[in-house]
Formats: sequence, structure tokens, C-alpha cells
Amino acid sequence: MSFIPVIKSEFPASLLQSSESHDHSDADLIQSLVFQAWLNEKFSPELMENKSELVECVMEQLTHMEENLQRVRKGDVKASVHRMEIDRIRFVLSSYLRSRLQKIERFFPHVLEKEKSRADGDPSFLSPEEFAFAKEFLANTEVYLRNVALKHMPPNLQSIDMLKAVPEPCLDSFVFLRVKERQENILVEPETDEQREYVVDLDKGSQHLMRYRTIAPLVASGAVQLI
Amino acid sequence: MSLLTLRRNFFNVHVITTTKIYRENCLNEAKTEGKSELIPSIKFRHSCLLRNQRCIAAYLYDRLLRIRALRWEYGSVLPTTIRFHMCAEEMEWFNQYKKSLATYMRSIGGEEGLDITQDMKPPKSLYIEVRCLKDHGEFEIDDGTVILLKKNSQHFLPRWKCEQLIRQGVLEHVIS
Repeated sequence: MSFIPVIKSEFPASLLQSSESHDHSDADLIQSLVFQAWLNEKFSPELMENKSELVECVMEQLTHMEENLQRVRKGDVKASVHRMEIDRIRFVLSSYLRSRLQKIERFFPHVLEKEKSRADGDPSFLSPEEFAFAKEFLANTEVYLRNVALKHMPPNLQSIDMLKAVPEPCLDSFVFLRVKERQENILVEPETDEQREYVVDLDKGSQHLMRYRTIAPLVASGAVQLI
Repeated sequence: MSLLTLRRNFFNVHVITTTKIYRENCLNEAKTEGKSELIPSIKFRHSCLLRNQRCIAAYLYDRLLRIRALRWEYGSVLPTTIRFHMCAEEMEWFNQYKKSLATYMRSIGGEEGLDITQDMKPPKSLYIEVRCLKDHGEFEIDDGTVILLKKNSQHFLPRWKCEQLIRQGVLEHVIS
């Protein structure tokens, strides 16, 4: 994580200004959004909301930066600095997409179930491509299990309920978070029978270690950032 | 992560035992008309069967997870030593997984896509010192220069060009 402040201070947006079509504050905003999405996805136990537009924007930015890099004179210091920045952004994007894919593979029946049962107006957790990937993964795994083991079993045991067989994400795992917008009266449910529920206020800029389930909606709305 | 040969014998026995238990259960069920004494033993056998099914599924699923890890570590082509340990259905699963992953990666961002099996570690420097572990022939880098990768030769190359070769075992990152 040490290179995140480096991106902000050592490599100012002036490098991105060499592309005429981009406003440098837009580029900065997109980069900070992608860092936030990356950290949230990395530290959250469940799959976060899908951010296809952000991914597309970042890919566009990367293409522009690669084009600029071609135009710069070889051996110029700017070239290597540009290259570093491209590599870093590409790493963050790849890591973000890898986290998502890993969670999709780990929780595939639940992810598919959630997507199928959501209402039309609700935000989607899977992009169409991720949905296709998850469906193929499910089909592939079922075919494998059936052909290797299940078809040799007695008739009443020839299927496995994937929703029961594959564990769900553990929403009670603890996460570190930083508060971006002040929150009041957050209800913390008791973990054991001896405890009772209590209420906390989250001050802006404070950092906490809490169960993910308590603050899940706040991560989705952007009020807290997982760290 | 190593993958051992699929223990066919081991779970064939498992499957046979399962079938035997099931048959006993069926016989008992036939006798149950009106009698309830046999029901606990039927229930017990059924839970044994379910447990067997779960164990087998867990074993096979664990193998799948290891095979999945192989795609991310070795790339699309697996070394023959590993393929030797996989059964036909596992190769089929691997090929399907490869295809799904490739389709997904190509669709990222709407143009050519992004190979997310690259860039596994945060980039620390632009150029790295690498040593060649085996003869790989000629290698062209971005500015047109061609490097001859001969065994034991050392080069100072751009990091992003070397990642794939390092993973394949052709180059070795030298940290002095």
C-alpha cells in the first residue's frame, strides 16, 4: 500500500494532461475511485457491487496513457515515470478484478442465486460477463462431479445441492475501516447470548475494527472505507 | 500446490460401499410396511450415505481448486508431469475453465480486454535483473532491441516483459 501516496504526490496529474481530451481532475477522481473500490473489494468478505463503468473508464485512461507513451521521445525521464504509473494503475485494476473473480468462484451458487433473485431496479453485483463466467463455472463443476462420482452412486444420491454444499461468505468477519462521513446511532448486534446490542457513533476520520455485517450498507454507500 | 493422481481405487471402494449400504436400506424399506422398528436403521444408513457423498464431493472439489490454481500459476499449458496426474474429466474441466477465463478477460473494458493473470505483484521497479535458466532463443523488447536468452546469461530487462517468462521458469529474478 506504500505506493498509493506516491501516485498522488510524486506523479502529479500533469502527466495525464499530455492527453488533450482528458480533464486532469477527472482522471484523478477516477483513479481515487478505483483505489477505493479495490481496497473495499479486497477486504470485504462478500462480493461488492459491480462497477463496470469505472473499469471501462480506467481501461480508456490506460489506453490513452499508452498512446502518450508512444509519442514521448525515447530515453526521456518522462517515459519511465509514465510507464511506472501505467504499471501501477494496471496492477490495481487487475488486482481488483482478480479479487472479484476469486469471490465469484468461491461462492458461485450464492452469487448466482442472489443475481437471479434481485429485483429489476436493484443494483447489479455481477457484470454480464461475470454472470456468464459464474454460470459456466457452475455448469462445469456440476458436469465434472456427475461424471466422476455422482453417476456411479445410488439413484437417490445422484445430485448435490450446491447452495447447501458450498459455504456462504462469512459476514461476521472483522474488518478495519476508516469513516468518511459521520454516522450516528449504528446498531451493533450482540455476538453471544451474554452480550446485548448497543449503539455507536462513528466520527469522521476515525478508524475502527468491526464486524462486516454491522457496516455493510455503509461500505456500499461510500460512507466508510475498508482498509 | 501438488496434485496427486486421482485415487480411483480408493473411491471406487467408497462408491461400492455406498451402493451396498443403499441396497440394505432398500431391502429394509421393503419390509417396513406397517412396522416402525426398522426406520431408525434406515435413517442411520441414509445419513452414512450422505456423509460418504459429502466426503467424495469434498475430495473432488479440493482437486478442482488445485487445478484452478494451476491455471493461474502455470498459464494455459500445463507441464506433462502434472497432466499425468489428472484424469480425463479433470482435463475437460481445466479446458472449460481456461475458455471461460479467456472469454471473461477479453471482455474487460470493452476493447481488447485485460490479462489479469499478469501483474500479480505490485510493481516496484521498472527494470529488473534476470538470469536465464534455460536457452530460450531470441527475445524482442519494446524499443526493438533483440536479446539472446542463453542459459546462465544475465540481463537487465523491463519488468513487464519478464513476468511471464519468470513464471514459466525460463528466467530467474536476481536479487543481489
